[in-house]
Amino acid sequence: MQWDIVIGLEIHVQLATKTKIFSGSSTAFGAEPNTQANAVDLAMPGTLPVPNEQAFRYAVMFGLATNAEIGRRSMFERKNYFYPDLPKGYQTTQLAQPIVGPGHVDIDLADGTNKRVRIHHAHLEEDAGKSLHEDYHGMSGIDLNRAGTPLIEVVTEPDMNTAEEAVAFAKKLHSLVTSLGICDGDMSQGSMRFDVNISLKPKGSETLGTRTETKNLNSFRFMEQAIAHEVERQMDILEDGGTIIQETRLYNGDRDESRSMRSKEEANDYRYFPCPDLLPVEIDDAFIEDARARLPELPDARKARFKEQYGLNDYDAGVLSGDAKLSAFFEETMAHGKDAKLAANWIQGEFSARLNAEEKSVAESPISGAQLGALVTRIADNTVSSAGAKKVFEALWSGENDNVDAIIDAKGLKQVSDTGALESMVDEVLAGMPDQVAQYQGEEDPKKRKKMLGGFMGPLMKASKGQGNPKLFNEILVRKLGD
Amino acid sequence: MSISREDIEKVAVLARIKVDDEQVSALEKDLGNILDLVDQLSAADTDSVEPMAHPLDAVQRLRPDVVTEINQREAFQAIAPATEDGLYLVPKVIE
Repeated sequence: MQWDIVIGLEIHVQLATKTKIFSGSSTAFGAEPNTQANAVDLAMPGTLPVPNEQAFRYAVMFGLATNAEIGRRSMFERKNYFYPDLPKGYQTTQLAQPIVGPGHVDIDLADGTNKRVRIHHAHLEEDAGKSLHEDYHGMSGIDLNRAGTPLIEVVTEPDMNTAEEAVAFAKKLHSLVTSLGICDGDMSQGSMRFDVNISLKPKGSETLGTRTETKNLNSFRFMEQAIAHEVERQMDILEDGGTIIQETRLYNGDRDESRSMRSKEEANDYRYFPCPDLLPVEIDDAFIEDARARLPELPDARKARFKEQYGLNDYDAGVLSGDAKLSAFFEETMAHGKDAKLAANWIQGEFSARLNAEEKSVAESPISGAQLGALVTRIADNTVSSAGAKKVFEALWSGENDNVDAIIDAKGLKQVSDTGALESMVDEVLAGMPDQVAQYQGEEDPKKRKKMLGGFMGPLMKASKGQGNPKLFNEILVRKLGD
Repeated sequence: MSISREDIEKVAVLARIKVDDEQVSALEKDLGNILDLVDQLSAADTDSVEPMAHPLDAVQRLRPDVVTEINQREAFQAIAPATEDGLYLVPKVIE
């Protein structure tokens, strides 16, 4: 039987505010346990929440960037459940009247088409603390520093039909919130967490099947794997005549396994009710216009500008505009190096490969955009060959020297582009290889001739101690050998 | 309106309150009386009334995003039953 896959996402985005959503405690990452958990965060009796204006501003910016309706009057509910990393016994969240209403995001797919994914709504809520299950004499340890960190939970419509589409949406959302500057986007630290709702239905059927929710995926790769895994699991059950149970599942990416998370059905009875501690929040035109004025250039607009301003192709423009920090790096490179295609190739090639190999972010790069730009300039004006440029790159990366021209001089990487000097080298080399010259001149097939030309390049590079400009050598060779 | 024993037992589980059989019988009567009292409200016609978010006719004031809290871990942990390495210790919560 053929099946349609239906996927919807819920994404928790940690907002990059300085303080918590309902208290003036710092949200800085990496502090000693419980040093940023104060009376409100600990749910001490008699404390009252006071909402953070910046969290609302960020949520409104997100709404504007996703073409959404802004909830001019929003309110908070209590979602009740017991867990020790939630000291109040409820999560303060929004249900009936969220801050961000229906919107949409367009995603680009690998086949060059694009697709619109509708967003049902996005609401503000507080994060929980962290439970550490290492053995503390048979007990669990609780760190409440994260408790009360503002989140927006983005809920999509079930508009995605493949893992590729879901991952493309997740990446687009990541690109959007980091470009907006409302989230640091650091997924390894839990700044964005994805829940995936998946169901299957017979191909072409109008009725949705029973869905499962796979929770807390914190990388694009795990998300893709978890979707493939869950689709296969449901397909096996359905094809054996079984039924899918609506449940929450946990995916273990290291083992490619999943298991049901909640054994007690009571656990899902959240008994929402309006939070009596918080009044409705009203957002006026001035607040919305202020948020609009703070919107930076968004990824789609940036991609279009990169194509227009730098003449990049669609693929390069897409990659370089997607990540806010990478975009800034590219533009810094372009401010110092004029060749956009070369700059794009170096950033996506050597530069990204080194960052990945050393698990560094763009911000942690030892090389600045200005340095790479200077290197690109020297490649473009034929001062260094691409082999020489790699050596310069190494020296910059290792911090051996921070000046491109100084490295080229010190390492003797300057290409010889003096045509007279190169011509005499070519004459000398050709004189020493009469058989190969005759063979070349006797060959009719242009492809074979081209290949044979390569046979002269080795000796030429040797003669020039690796400093001859290969492009010029090639031109002189073709001319001298007669075409 | 009455409340069933099953409802009481379920609510007790959700609220993590231990109730024995005798208490359930008493609660059945007490909670039933409260619900009957509240039930009188359903006589009012509320078809055209929007649910109320809050009894006060006011809107929420928002706070600027400035750190105002200092680290008072020591004071808070002094009244906690068990702590270690700066963590609050609780009965093991993972299955």
